[in-house]
Amino acid sequence: MDNLLWIFISTLLVNNFVLAYFLGLCPFLGVSGRLETSFRLGLATTFVLVITALCAWVLNTYVLTHAPYLRLISFIVVIASTVQFIEMAIKKLSPSLFQSLGIFLPLITTNCAILGLAIFATNRGYGLLEGLTFALGAGAGFTLAMVLMAGIREETEIGEVPALVRGTAFNLIIAGILSMAFMGFAGLFSST
Amino acid sequence: MATHSNKPTAYDELLKGLWRDNPVFVQVLGMCPMLAVTNSAFNAVVMGLATFFVLVGSSLLVSALRQWIPRPVRISVYVIIIATFVTVADYTLLALLPAAHKELGAFLPLIVANCMILGRQEAFASKHTVKFALMDAIGMASGFMLALFALGSVREILGEGKLFGLALFGDHFEPWVIMILPPGGFLTLGLLLLIFNWVTERKREFLAQVAEQQAGNR
Repeated sequence: MDNLLWIFISTLLVNNFVLAYFLGLCPFLGVSGRLETSFRLGLATTFVLVITALCAWVLNTYVLTHAPYLRLISFIVVIASTVQFIEMAIKKLSPSLFQSLGIFLPLITTNCAILGLAIFATNRGYGLLEGLTFALGAGAGFTLAMVLMAGIREETEIGEVPALVRGTAFNLIIAGILSMAFMGFAGLFSST
Repeated sequence: MATHSNKPTAYDELLKGLWRDNPVFVQVLGMCPMLAVTNSAFNAVVMGLATFFVLVGSSLLVSALRQWIPRPVRISVYVIIIATFVTVADYTLLALLPAAHKELGAFLPLIVANCMILGRQEAFASKHTVKFALMDAIGMASGFMLALFALGSVREILGEGKLFGLALFGDHFEPWVIMILPPGGFLTLGLLLLIFNWVTERKREFLAQVAEQQAGNR
């Protein structure tokens, strides 16, 4: 139990997927203009991450034991098609949930955080439960980073920022400062 | 730039990736792998070479096969082709440079998720002949490598006072450790983008001035 909690907190804060591993930067810089959208994108990403962890575990345990060189290709194909199936199922079963998450699902599949999660979980030899916790932590961390970034960006829109600086350069510098702040959490685990 | 004719030559396709359409500085694509591995110039070059191999290989194959790839499933086909080349690059590096492979770790397979590579297949290689696709891929990959190298060397020089492991300053230099840590990646890329924007803006102003003067002389 301790181990699971450790995995969750460390992926949420210390090894935040966006701010420490640079995974999922495209949506982080591209879609983080509005708080509401960022939050929903974060939730949808968490959902896909959990499914990814499940797929990766099944593939690693039952399929890829004899052919590790097929790992990358099978991860991509299986994850993308599973997400597509689930998207269709949600559309059929719960149109309201589809309205809030659905539009993001196909985009998220090509996000590097998804594949990154599968590869990291494999490299670290996580089991099913550990993998799911890892995915939840990564998703929560992604949502946290997105929401913080969107909040800051909404504020800076009112401020006087020179036209030359506006855009990606400015967002990257904000991200750098956020990332610096998150480094402080590393102290949480230094004694253990 | 040789843009006097309307039809771009293969040479133009090669050059555009280096500056005018640089994948990192202008299109801001493929950032996930580039920020994570550019904490030293050597890692940046290894990552750049791997990306170069994958982009050139997949552009070549996609453009050669473009008549046989059915449109509705084209994205999946591109992804599988790219993933194949990445697997080849991954295992080659493991055999040749095990130390570098260990350093890059999970970020090498993540080349698959580099949107720049998929973007070139969709936007260029699937619509042009092999010759043009090859030129475009070489140009884009070199531009990407250049940007990786710029970022990696700035971070290594400031963060460790070294370049390719060689000490540049005397013992008095206090390294800015933050530069080789994750925040340094964001800050350096942000500042490089600022410089790039500034240079582009100055060039545009200069050209506008020249045009104005020429109009005045007439």
